[in-house]
Amino acid sequence: MKTVKAETLIPVIKYLCIRAAYNLPATYLRLIKKAAAAETGRAAEILKLVLKNARIAKEELYPLCQDTGSAVLFIEIGQEIFIKGDINKAVDEGVRLGFKEGYLRKSIVSDPLFVRKNTADNTPAVVHFSFIKGDKIKIKLILKGGGAENTSKLKMFNPSDGKTEIISFIRDTVKAAGAKACPPLVIGVGIGGNFEECSLLAKKALLRKTKHKNKMYRQLEDEALNAVNELNIGPQGLGGKTTALAVFAEYAPCHMASLPVAVNICCHSHRTAQCEI
Amino acid sequence: MKYFITLPKDKAKLKLLKSGDEVFLTATLYSMRDKAHALLLAENKIPINLKDAIIYYMGPTPARAGRACGACGPTTSARMDKYTPTIIKKTSIIGIIGKGERNFETANAMKGRCVYFCAYGGLGALYAKCIIKSKAVLYKNLGAEAVYELKAENFPLVVAQDFKGNTVYGGK
Repeated sequence: MKTVKAETLIPVIKYLCIRAAYNLPATYLRLIKKAAAAETGRAAEILKLVLKNARIAKEELYPLCQDTGSAVLFIEIGQEIFIKGDINKAVDEGVRLGFKEGYLRKSIVSDPLFVRKNTADNTPAVVHFSFIKGDKIKIKLILKGGGAENTSKLKMFNPSDGKTEIISFIRDTVKAAGAKACPPLVIGVGIGGNFEECSLLAKKALLRKTKHKNKMYRQLEDEALNAVNELNIGPQGLGGKTTALAVFAEYAPCHMASLPVAVNICCHSHRTAQCEI
Repeated sequence: MKYFITLPKDKAKLKLLKSGDEVFLTATLYSMRDKAHALLLAENKIPINLKDAIIYYMGPTPARAGRACGACGPTTSARMDKYTPTIIKKTSIIGIIGKGERNFETANAMKGRCVYFCAYGGLGALYAKCIIKSKAVLYKNLGAEAVYELKAENFPLVVAQDFKGNTVYGGK
């Protein structure tokens, strides 16, 4: 059995936080470039500004957005690994250092309702652990801004509902989000599971960079993207063909009485980073 | 149309702007998020002079050494809808910068009183380069949620609601 010291995760997570806050992944840059070429007028101009912003962030070291988000981490641990030390502590320490040394904004408050005191280091992170085969640890990070997250929705459908109802729900969610969620959006959709797994699927979908392998779900992604882009919300809500850059769906088995659907909205500054140790 | 506006000298021009106009604004801005609004309204007397001021819904990242400001794009305006009509009643602000739609009450309260600009959301790096000076002036212990006095130069904006109350939003 391979032993990994928990503290080896600290510099890795620190690096991922800083990397994500300053570098827009190539996949999304390509999608924005493509959209900029397809748009005209103000929508095209705004998308060019988005690209310019990404250049400034990377080359001159300004965070892409002032909302450097909650640190959401998916940590997949190879089951042949023994982790020595406190992994929860190590993860938060990595986030703490990343946000401090990366000059990122601390946006987490301790108590959600009564106190709302800033924890001053952006911890705790939102962490999802899972087990995988082998002896590697895969770490996937999303820096998730609050504005877009606030417009996300979950609905428990009936099994008699289908693709049409789900696409309407996605469309309505995006419509209600309007300019608030900083379009063009990246949309994660979770279908199935149960109440909590469904949300997690939607979040996981936001880590994908290519369309679904399953043809039926790929079609749903395409149709949902078209439906959303017909809304004419456009970049920054000022009109245009590009209300969303991509829709990614994930599904899981569910109870025969249920059809949960979660729509997790992300802004155009979709900041992710991942690595394997 | 595209305009370059410098405040306070171009104050009269603000009233003439039309929703959808592109504006490059050179002015002093006061950053305020939810918490600063709540605290400000809980005071007996508003502790800073907001006459003819521009409020900016924003909380920056920490600035690196030698820089005036960190990333500083707009936050969602709708969260401030709860406070805006009272802020307008209690002060003489002439402009608000944020992002996204406002509710009916806020839109009405802004009409004839101030211009609502939207800044481009998610362009924090680009906006950072338009700030030449920044200083926390109120509620400094709140960090990013403090009130900052910002000197902005050619800050790129769009008029989201003009003085007459016409708005730019409304996707189909």
